[in-house]
Amino acid sequence: MRLPANPRVIPMERRTMAEPSHSAAVNFAAANPPAANSVVIENLTKRFGSFVAVDRLNLTVRKGEVFGFLGPNGAGKSTTIRMLCGLLTPSSGRASVAGHDVARDPEAVRQNIGYMSQKFSLYNDLKVIENLRLFAGLYSVPATELQDRIGWALTMANLKGRENLLTSTLPGGWKQHLALGCAVLHRPPIIFLDEPTSGVDPISRRQFWDLIHQMAQQGVTVFVTTHYMEEAEYCNRLALIFRGQMVALGTPAELKRGSMKGELLLVECRPLGPAVEALQSAPGVIDAAVFGDALHLVVGSASIAAPTIRTYLTDRQISVHRIEPIRPTLEDVFVSLTTTRSAEEARTQ
Amino acid sequence: MSLSRMLAVARKEVLHILRDSRSLIIVVIMPVTLMLLFGYGVNLDLKSLPLYVYDQDGSQQSQDLLKQFQASQYFHIVCVVDRYPAVTRALDDGSAKMGIVIPWNFSQQLGSGSPARVQALVDATDDNTANILIGYAQAVVQGYSSDIQIGWLQRHGEPVEPAPIGVETRTWYNEDLESSAFIIPGVLALVMSVIGAFLTSLTIAREWERGSMEQLISTPVTAIEIMLGKLTPYFVIGMFDVAVCAFIAIGWFHVPFRGSYMTLAVSSALFMVVVLSLGFFISVLARNQFAASQIALLVTFLPAFLLSGFLFSIDQMPIVLQWITRILPARYYVSVLKEIFLKGTPTTMLAADLLPLAVFSLLLAAVATRSFHKRLQ
Repeated sequence: MRLPANPRVIPMERRTMAEPSHSAAVNFAAANPPAANSVVIENLTKRFGSFVAVDRLNLTVRKGEVFGFLGPNGAGKSTTIRMLCGLLTPSSGRASVAGHDVARDPEAVRQNIGYMSQKFSLYNDLKVIENLRLFAGLYSVPATELQDRIGWALTMANLKGRENLLTSTLPGGWKQHLALGCAVLHRPPIIFLDEPTSGVDPISRRQFWDLIHQMAQQGVTVFVTTHYMEEAEYCNRLALIFRGQMVALGTPAELKRGSMKGELLLVECRPLGPAVEALQSAPGVIDAAVFGDALHLVVGSASIAAPTIRTYLTDRQISVHRIEPIRPTLEDVFVSLTTTRSAEEARTQ
Repeated sequence: MSLSRMLAVARKEVLHILRDSRSLIIVVIMPVTLMLLFGYGVNLDLKSLPLYVYDQDGSQQSQDLLKQFQASQYFHIVCVVDRYPAVTRALDDGSAKMGIVIPWNFSQQLGSGSPARVQALVDATDDNTANILIGYAQAVVQGYSSDIQIGWLQRHGEPVEPAPIGVETRTWYNEDLESSAFIIPGVLALVMSVIGAFLTSLTIAREWERGSMEQLISTPVTAIEIMLGKLTPYFVIGMFDVAVCAFIAIGWFHVPFRGSYMTLAVSSALFMVVVLSLGFFISVLARNQFAASQIALLVTFLPAFLLSGFLFSIDQMPIVLQWITRILPARYYVSVLKEIFLKGTPTTMLAADLLPLAVFSLLLAAVATRSFHKRLQ
């Protein structure tokens, strides 16, 4: 008879038993060796009553990747990230983070992640150093490393010498840096950031992304949600999320190249309102949308459509100042994909 | 269970309390204020009630009777009037609680040996006070009446027989019959309800409201560590406030303390666990500061105030209410407090109260622990 003299034996056994079910995840991500995948999501679904917040999501995030989750508010970004952090139980499907199933072993997941929630603004009535000490305590940072880690976080957040300021007195960008510092004090291999830069000025936002890239270079996997298109360009790979479903996946360049159904025309004309209306039903126009003080048109072929559209608009007493083909931005891609999706949904209903 | 993670949460909670002036006021000022309020403000004793008299007779006898009223500590003759409507008006406008009218033939009737009558008009808006008032007035008149009888018998050389039966009272436990001695020990239960349920429900609901709870539960800290970390500071504060209140009760209001301090500490700790668990449970369900704090007051403070026997004796309540009080932990705590302050009942004889208190504290602590999961939904 063999008794488990060492309690550590038990989790080892449990891990071996769990392995058969993990093999499905490995197969799914067959293109990459399993150890290189930080996050594996299969058919992940979350329903709140009859509302489907996340609808059969499938994706894999590789180690050291900066993975962006892009979509409008209410698209299901936060719900997904909360399921990955073990804060919400999936309705169906599964996900594993750092090799641990988020539904069955959320505590093991939490040991391996840093999470910055959307609402999180630290404890405002605590001093900078007190917030850091709190999270060091929660993450059980060993006493021998404590000074080092807190010193590192202070340097990173540019708060050296400001340890004793109340967090409420910090500007938004510094708070954000401090929040990131708190979330990664324990050097987690994966960090989840839910709209980390909302409400932060552009310079601080830029600095924040520099930090994210520094961490990624050290092998940390970063899973970040945003609804800022320009931020999405900083990501290695992107998933576009719309109404709980993934509508596109790839590098920013791939998305811009491959996801547009047609080419893009920039049209500067006056007045804008009637022009958009008129162009919706113009021949050869797939989509028309206002971008700043001009229009972006999705057309089959830019060179063929340009002269036709100029005449079409002039006939309707709209003066055209400029019309030229342009390269799509992520925003164009996103608008194009979501309008296609909406149109498809409208047709099926 | 990691002690260091629990202490990290507890340390943060202490900082929240120290930096929040409203919490500090509740922790420091509220117990003292409640003690002074109930020590001085609430007085169930009736003394020096305003009395109007209309003496139609104006005789030696009627004056003697009125002197008896004046001599009693319960009445204070504020006005002697010469018209009947003046008495009714005084009752109407509240300047008198009672009017005594002595009829014109009072002394004549007494002299002739026929029964004499005195009219008492009572403001019975508050039936309880009115009843007590009538009792006092009857006692005064009765006393005067027997004095006259004895005097008459003596004057006529008759033996004073049978001797009137007198009751020699000796009050125990609350020897001076001070209602404050009855009330003050119970104030401890009120103070702890506010600290334990009201304050904690606010602080935990605040974490949900501000989203910091989401951040907390994304770390490896366990549910029980969060709960103990958040509640321990309030437990310490609650016990400190109990000590302050006991000190004020004994040192300032001279309420006797005859039991053991150990029993006071143990029963207070049990009750503290009860209110902390309730506060925690409610805030986990409500997740909203306003709702949580209101519900917390409703289920702890209000029963402690009305149904615990703090002010109103449970024996005197309708039978249904008496049953309801059995499921109120405050009832057992207030009972223990009154017993150990005034009677000095040995701890072994308090089992009927301490046992239910212990059961409630275990039960509610278990409910609170089970209610809290590291999940958002």
